[in-house]
Amino acid sequence: MTPNDTHRAVEAVWRIESAKIIARAARIVGDVGLAEELAQEAFVVALERWPESGVPDNPGAWLMTVAKRRAIDLLRRRTVHERKQEQLGRELETEQAGSEPELDATIDDPVGDDLLRLIFIASHPVLSTEARVALTLRLLGGLTTEEIARAFLTSAPTVAQRIVRAKRTLAEAHVPFEVPQGADLSARLSSVLEVIYLIFNEGYSATAGDDWLRPGLCEDALRLGRILAELAPQEPEVHGLVALMEIQASRLRARVDPSGRPVLLLDQDRARWDPLLIRRGLAALERAGGLGGALGPYALQAAIAACHARARIAAETDWERIVALYDALVQLTPSPVVELNRAVAVAMAFGPAAGLEIVEALTAEPALQGYHLLPSVRGDLLAKLGRLEEARVEFEHAASLTRNTRERELLLSRAAACAP
Amino acid sequence: MRFMLLMIPGGYESAAPGTLPDAKAVAAMMKYNESLQRAGVLLALDGLHPPSMGARVSFAGGKPKVSDGPFSEAKEVVGGYWMIQVRSKEEAIEWAKRCPGSDNEVIEVRQVQEFADFPPDVQEAAAGFSELQAQSGQLKGS
Repeated sequence: MTPNDTHRAVEAVWRIESAKIIARAARIVGDVGLAEELAQEAFVVALERWPESGVPDNPGAWLMTVAKRRAIDLLRRRTVHERKQEQLGRELETEQAGSEPELDATIDDPVGDDLLRLIFIASHPVLSTEARVALTLRLLGGLTTEEIARAFLTSAPTVAQRIVRAKRTLAEAHVPFEVPQGADLSARLSSVLEVIYLIFNEGYSATAGDDWLRPGLCEDALRLGRILAELAPQEPEVHGLVALMEIQASRLRARVDPSGRPVLLLDQDRARWDPLLIRRGLAALERAGGLGGALGPYALQAAIAACHARARIAAETDWERIVALYDALVQLTPSPVVELNRAVAVAMAFGPAAGLEIVEALTAEPALQGYHLLPSVRGDLLAKLGRLEEARVEFEHAASLTRNTRERELLLSRAAACAP
Repeated sequence: MRFMLLMIPGGYESAAPGTLPDAKAVAAMMKYNESLQRAGVLLALDGLHPPSMGARVSFAGGKPKVSDGPFSEAKEVVGGYWMIQVRSKEEAIEWAKRCPGSDNEVIEVRQVQEFADFPPDVQEAAAGFSELQAQSGQLKGS
């Protein structure tokens, strides 16, 4: 292998192993920032040694061993509390007892626990959302600062600062490197899922002209979700989120027309939906459902997406089932936007008059006042009821509320179509 | 990026119908498959029955011709595949290296063509043909 080949091989190993190594180091030294430095030191050593000695048979274990040794050395050099010294002594005994246990590549449980801890800490609520996203992509996604910056359309120094501050915040708050338990778990898990879905949506909203890193965020989010599903298989909302992302990702190729303009779900060429991802999404949804209990918000959204995914053509959509799912969703996460979506589904299932009833009740909603989709939906339903003059007014109002040129054109043309 | 890891087991080209891998090999492969799953990179995987249970269709002269397996001229045949999602070819190769392959097994690493790889005119043509897929019910969810 040329040095360049080796470098790329080391980077590939890094992509695969770095999160686990950081997680293990963090467990030992109790600090995420320090852990990342130690892991990166191991990476640098690999870059120096492997071009000469060759890539080792078990490169992950090699890196893990180097990082662990440095972490333990670091602990030794620090002034530690007596209890910690005892703990360290026990750990060292375990190290010596098992001859290089890391060479068994499949010690999952300890590593799995550490990885889970790292996932939770990277999206700790003490951090701002942006910080959680950056830290998650960095520590768990293995993205560089530059890659994160490009993916989120910001500058590398901004992201670097964000990450530095995040690590400092965690250290100053003495956030314990533990998996949350009991009552805490639900809220903390919500935070993790929120971060992953945020990353996914950023990727999903990327347009054709964007840097490839942006749509790549969908893959990053999916990978993180799938990893979490294996680490916390008993959590239905994890599978729910994975299901939602798999099914949404299945539509990526159909979302824009040849000239790059967005295509609405019901107008999409379903032949362009990825059947592999749909199958995976439906399987994940089954896993969520199979765990018993009522479906949570992510699983419900996934179930709605699954209704669309199962319909060969738009006309075969099971709208009544979608209405039932929205009924459940609105109970769990009541919001005017969810209610508006429910209205659309009701209209499709039971006719425009039924949908319009729900929309009328929303017109006074303060949260929806500047939201162009409210008059847009209202206009659509009025048009279907033959109340064209009222529909025209709604479409024009909607057009005035949206800043998206393409949307505005669409709404104005719908308004024009209502004119006698 | 998606990659296929194609397993090419030496000798499989002449394996008798009903040949199945032994328990030890299966156990080792299961551990490997689980590692792909835990890493969040596994999209799909399957094993294939040997060529002696299969057939080939060739198209010389524009007429399809069927030959039943085994195929004497085939020196290497596909025994199974994994489809994985990774960031680079090097990552795909690294995963292939971790497979507990035996002495006579080879994995070929091939990138999956994505729609965006094709130039616009090919995309247009493909869009037309894919109408047929929809009509044949190919997209019915499982």
